Amino acid sequence: MNDMQSSLPPLLTFSDVGKSYQALNGIAYQAIRGFNLDITEGDFFCLLGPTGCGKTTILSMLAGFEMPTSGSIRLAGETIQGTSADRGVVFQSHDSLYPWLTALENVEFGLRMRGVDKATRRERAIQQLRIVGLAGQEKKHPQELSGGMKQRIQIARVLANRPKILLMDEPFAALDAQTRNLMQQELRRIWLEDRVSVLFITHDIDEAVTLGTHIGVMQAGPASNLKGIVRVEIDGERERTQSSFIEHYRQVHAMIRDEVDKSRRHELSQSAGA
Amino acid sequence: MNNGTLHKVLTHYVPYLLGFALLFATWHIVAVYSFKSVLFPPPLAVLRKAAELTASGVLIEQASVSLARIAAGFLLGVSIGIPIGLLMGSFSFLKKLLEPFTEFLRFIPSVALISVAVIWFGIGEESKIFLIAYGTVFIVILNTAAGVLSIHPDKLRAARTLGASPRQIFFFVALPAAMPEILTGLRIAMGNSFTTIVAAEMIAADRGLGQMLWTGRLFMLIEEIFVSLLVLGLAGFAADRLFRVAITKFGGKYSVVA
Ligand SMILES: Nc1ncnc2c1ncn2[C@@H]1O[C@H](COP(=O)(O)OP(=O)(O)OP(=O)(O)O)[C@@H](O)[C@H]1O
Ligand SMILES: [Mg+2]
Repeated sequence: MNDMQSSLPPLLTFSDVGKSYQALNGIAYQAIRGFNLDITEGDFFCLLGPTGCGKTTILSMLAGFEMPTSGSIRLAGETIQGTSADRGVVFQSHDSLYPWLTALENVEFGLRMRGVDKATRRERAIQQLRIVGLAGQEKKHPQELSGGMKQRIQIARVLANRPKILLMDEPFAALDAQTRNLMQQELRRIWLEDRVSVLFITHDIDEAVTLGTHIGVMQAGPASNLKGIVRVEIDGERERTQSSFIEHYRQVHAMIRDEVDKSRRHELSQSAGA
Repeated sequence: MNNGTLHKVLTHYVPYLLGFALLFATWHIVAVYSFKSVLFPPPLAVLRKAAELTASGVLIEQASVSLARIAAGFLLGVSIGIPIGLLMGSFSFLKKLLEPFTEFLRFIPSVALISVAVIWFGIGEESKIFLIAYGTVFIVILNTAAGVLSIHPDKLRAARTLGASPRQIFFFVALPAAMPEILTGLRIAMGNSFTTIVAAEMIAADRGLGQMLWTGRLFMLIEEIFVSLLVLGLAGFAADRLFRVAITKFGGKYSVVA
């Protein structure tokens, strides 16, 4: 759980974070309770957990879309309040892209809003599009591109903005299996080159082992928190057939299996009660 | 590149031109071989009449009177409708406050207000502009508000996390994101404007395409009637094209009806 060798202060700290929602029937639902987590600069942290355990809730609080009901989240020493360009988000759906802008203009958007001059931002956007494998597609509009390409634009758009941390909520979940595999490999390659800090949400163990330096497994809700963290120590490109890959997969799988069962039982009891 | 342009001409413009040619051919065949009546002139006779009226300046004058009325009333309606629609879409309190007005008034068609408009404003330009603005404003309000409400929340959230200020989000995200629906409202309103202007000019005007239709009826000038119908059809078609193009520019899809 704790990293012996890391002497750096953590980039990101969740301290005893809790979040409850007011459900429609008026009863408060405690989604998260006592959530603690440190993420060090350069980590690719995958948050894994069964459906409904509160992964998106964690990300929304970190992005600043929602406030924790208790505890605090600090990024580089400062408590998070609201959204900021420090924390770039890649959304699950490409509805977050702007169809009236070209791919290039989408990628430039953050820089433009922040007053970066045209020549600089154009250059950086072109370079970023090349990094995500979209060279030559600059003038196309998102609706002219495939699902995988749209997610590449989203990734480029956030990276061009140079955030302190990249937040991704199941960005490949809506893609077909082959495109998803390809995108995972590409993201791994991009990350190996620039080592940006990432919080990546998924419920796919394969994806987590392919991408993460750390995999945090969440408990089934309600009152979910972190069950444990697995460090993935495989350098370079990762293959599903490597024995070390399989070893990590088993380890994570064993951790999450009980939680998935628990969440199923919870759902069944909920539907039986209703 | 050149190949692409050629391809576009072939797949896009050629079918259109063929369609128009077919329309005129059908009209010709029906008028010449099937109806064979002076009451249904063939296209060539109508075009000849149109050329004649253009040369004498009558057609240009009548058409520009009507189109100027449409333009003035439409712009007035749009410039009132868009801001109100944006406000109603952004603040649910304002939406609730104003909905009784919009929901009541939009069911009173502008042609039903012709008498009122003439009593209030006389038979000159003001009454026409009022009627068109009236017919435009509610459709624009409704579509604009719906456009704002239908913006995907991730579009706004993305802008926030990319460092845009609330003002920037409004102008660079919310407005263009709502644009396809705003333009759809304008497009429907433009269609209504044509109905309104013709009805108003037939009932109470001394100039304009509607008045031309009406005097055509009084004096049995059948070709003049058809010229005026032709101009209405073409002007409406052109305006509608412009809106369709604009809608797709903002990433929206237009419906073929409406
Ligand atoms: N706005 C809300 N109001 C009420 N309850 C909410 C709200 N958002 C989330 N919840 C509840 O909080 C819990 C956690 O939701 P969350 O979306 O974070 O789960 P998740 O782990 O992202 O699930 P998934 O894997 O399906 O995306 C769920 O039980 C959900 O019903
Ligand atoms: Mg989720």
